[in-house]
Amino acid sequence: MAIEVRIPTILRTYTGGEKAVSGEGDSLSALIDSLEANHPGIKERLIEGEDLRRFVNIYINDEDVRFLGSLEATLDDGDQVVILPAVAGG
Amino acid sequence: MLRIDQSLVDAIVAHAKRDHPVEACGMVAGPIGSDRPERFIEMVNAAGSPTFYEYDSTDLLQLYKDLDDRDEEPVVIYHSHTATEAYPSVTDIKLASEPGAHYVLVSTEKHGNNDGAVEFRSYRIVDGQVTEEPVEIVGTDTPSDNPRSES
Repeated sequence: MAIEVRIPTILRTYTGGEKAVSGEGDSLSALIDSLEANHPGIKERLIEGEDLRRFVNIYINDEDVRFLGSLEATLDDGDQVVILPAVAGG
Repeated sequence: MLRIDQSLVDAIVAHAKRDHPVEACGMVAGPIGSDRPERFIEMVNAAGSPTFYEYDSTDLLQLYKDLDDRDEEPVVIYHSHTATEAYPSVTDIKLASEPGAHYVLVSTEKHGNNDGAVEFRSYRIVDGQVTEEPVEIVGTDTPSDNPRSES
């Protein structure tokens, strides 16, 4: 079960410069574990404790995962996942 | 160094003045690898705050899709400070996530919504390190932006 994951510039150091990588899993949590297996270090940039980091946005098929159960959001074969760091500041 | 057209500077300053005392935010996109700020994009400050800004998450996704479709990247990422100088805050530094972009800050501290000079400064923010850079403002000479008489 392959899911395409779009990687933002700032995280491409973990993917050898690749803009998109493939992962697998039936939930966002499982997908992130599969990314971590191939791109060590990336998980820590996405998750803090038990939750998604506040200033990281992840979308499944254009929907913000915060409206889909966050890390428990379910995934199906062919889903498109996009990771974008928030553009924010004080 | 940031080289930017006067019309873009004016657009950023006008946005900051209009939204004062709330922080204004947006981007100027340009062709990938060009370092040329060209396409002005005002964003909504979803935080609606005088001390914080954040692009709305849905708008953010649409913005990056548009950039992708147009082979563009963020060249300038701007926001205003409304009660402090135009220098990156601790939060700005912590959350900066586009190492290739020029982070522009403007301060509306002095004149608020009114006419008057606005501090306009540019920085690189990479791995928590802030480096201020000179700003070169260039005139607009495209006919559409600077109409001349036909006589």
